[in-house]
Amino acid sequence: MRELRYREALREAMAEEMERDERVFIMGEEVGHYQGAYKVTEGLLARFGERRVIDTPIAEEGFAGIAIGAAMVGLRPIVEFMTWNFSAVAFDQILSNAAKLRQMSGGQFKVPIVFRGPNGAAKQTASQHSHAMETFYAQIPGVKVFMPATVADAKAMMKAAIRDDNPVLIFEDERLYGLKGEVPDGDVVAEFGVSQVRREGEDVTIATWGKMLWQCLDAAEQLAKGGPSCEVIDLRSLRPMDHETVVRSVRKTGRLVVVHETWPYGGPGAELVDRVQREAFDALDAPVLRCTGRDASMAYNKKLEDLTIPDAKTVLAAVRAVMSY
Amino acid sequence: MQDDRELLLGLYRQMVLIRRFEEASAKAYSQGKIGGFLHLYIGQEGCAVGALAALEAKDYVVTTYRDHAQALIRGTSARACMAELFGKVTGCSKGLGGSMHFFDADNHMLGGYGIVGGHVPIAAGAAFASKYRGDGGVAVCFFGEGSATIGAFSEALALAALWKLPIVFICENNEYSMGTPLSRSLSVADVSQKALAVGMERDAFSCGDVLAVRDRVAVAVKRAREQSLPTLIEARTYRYRGHSMSDPGKYRTPDEIEERKKSDPILNAETQLRAMGVSDAELEKINASVEAEVEDCVRFAEESAEPDESLIEAFNYA
Repeated sequence: MRELRYREALREAMAEEMERDERVFIMGEEVGHYQGAYKVTEGLLARFGERRVIDTPIAEEGFAGIAIGAAMVGLRPIVEFMTWNFSAVAFDQILSNAAKLRQMSGGQFKVPIVFRGPNGAAKQTASQHSHAMETFYAQIPGVKVFMPATVADAKAMMKAAIRDDNPVLIFEDERLYGLKGEVPDGDVVAEFGVSQVRREGEDVTIATWGKMLWQCLDAAEQLAKGGPSCEVIDLRSLRPMDHETVVRSVRKTGRLVVVHETWPYGGPGAELVDRVQREAFDALDAPVLRCTGRDASMAYNKKLEDLTIPDAKTVLAAVRAVMSY
Repeated sequence: MQDDRELLLGLYRQMVLIRRFEEASAKAYSQGKIGGFLHLYIGQEGCAVGALAALEAKDYVVTTYRDHAQALIRGTSARACMAELFGKVTGCSKGLGGSMHFFDADNHMLGGYGIVGGHVPIAAGAAFASKYRGDGGVAVCFFGEGSATIGAFSEALALAALWKLPIVFICENNEYSMGTPLSRSLSVADVSQKALAVGMERDAFSCGDVLAVRDRVAVAVKRAREQSLPTLIEARTYRYRGHSMSDPGKYRTPDEIEERKKSDPILNAETQLRAMGVSDAELEKINASVEAEVEDCVRFAEESAEPDESLIEAFNYA
């Protein structure tokens, strides 16, 4: 075990995979000479050279498409979006090309590509720079979606994504880049579609993903002193999504709160709720509640920003509400 | 001269095959045997046939939803193409792609794409991969002048020029983006001028003479292969049919179409071949063999099986 920061774990995974596979390269805005807008790719240019660490102009649709074309004919690109917000202008490339090429060619082509970058609200980045974009992408058959919340997952998921033969989207988080955590030694590669119980409890299940894991663990810790005992599950992968771990937990607790940063309308949280009510209807002692980002665009003002996305306080309120039934 | 004769005979057969294949597909469409969209290349054959004659097997081809010609030229069998139109499992995309999505990995036909201009970066990506590997491969990307106004086209052009990618962009300018004439969709009459903004080599010519098309495209392919430099070509051409089968083409006069048919690439090739000493009997023999091939492919498509329900989700993931 070693302690690394989240951004270092991502970088280490990319570097190790670039060492083991010459077909892997990274492309994106400011990934090379600038060392990465968030320093995730720091040092990679010096180590691997301009052939494999490629600065792009501001042309997300262009370079996303180029990487997809390169993947179709045998390379294994990693595309960094400076933030996932900017992926919206490349959405057609991911939706109409990356996700569909295998299907519409009758299985002749595969698209081994990683799209990655920070996602969600940072610190007062306001209306256009604060989207939790996973809600759009998780709906698309043909892509896989990873949401690393821990440092160990940052490394293991990046390695899994690079080795996978499909388009894999990794939603990192600016507010997690500095997080320190233990990373196991050796070549640890994450599995897709495996949720993990991060804290065991008896009275209520909290299911979440990404940075909200830490708000949920904080709330569970606060409740440990005399409140209901919370089981906290990190979904980790939204497509494929392992709802079975959540169903097993709900069979024990009888109650479920789903917590996510993105908007309440539809999305992976609603998908999870649908699956749980179908498979564990008889086990539920209360309606499933969701604690989500507010149904609004992000305000610049810090107080309003804090009120727009869930925190330990709103998670606590949701847990108390589900316990009151 | 003997080489040109043999080459032109081969290209002539390809053009006739494309035309007879598409006439048969139009007939099958009107009989309800082909669904969805069907975009015909009839009239434009000189463009793809001439251009692809300049390529090697290791090169890559990417095109639009008007993609039957490119697949047939690259070597996808008429059977696999017609079966795809009929939505059969024996089709080149197993009946999952249809007219707009012909793919043939073995022949480096990287597909027909349905989002106008969205495929242009894909082609640049194939060129990027050839350069990355240093394998000497070249990518050729076809698109209509209707693509020249969308962002993906501009971005792909800018990146290909910046990164010196071995690619030939071929704008099949058939003068109408669906029903809108060039004069109402572009501020310049010559699409190759778009190359000037990114410092790219360019060329512009019409496609009535298939050998001339081959020669002009060969210059760009050589530039890509030997110097790793991109080229934007405007290839002037004309489609005789509507944008798709559902388009009666009322935005054009019959006189205009008849005028354009005078520079038909197939008729031109016949004239050239006769001048080279090819007899009517030889031409008739080629036409008869094409007709037999097309009849066979329609029969094959009709008799082939539908894809199984299990294929709905089978290709979501590798």
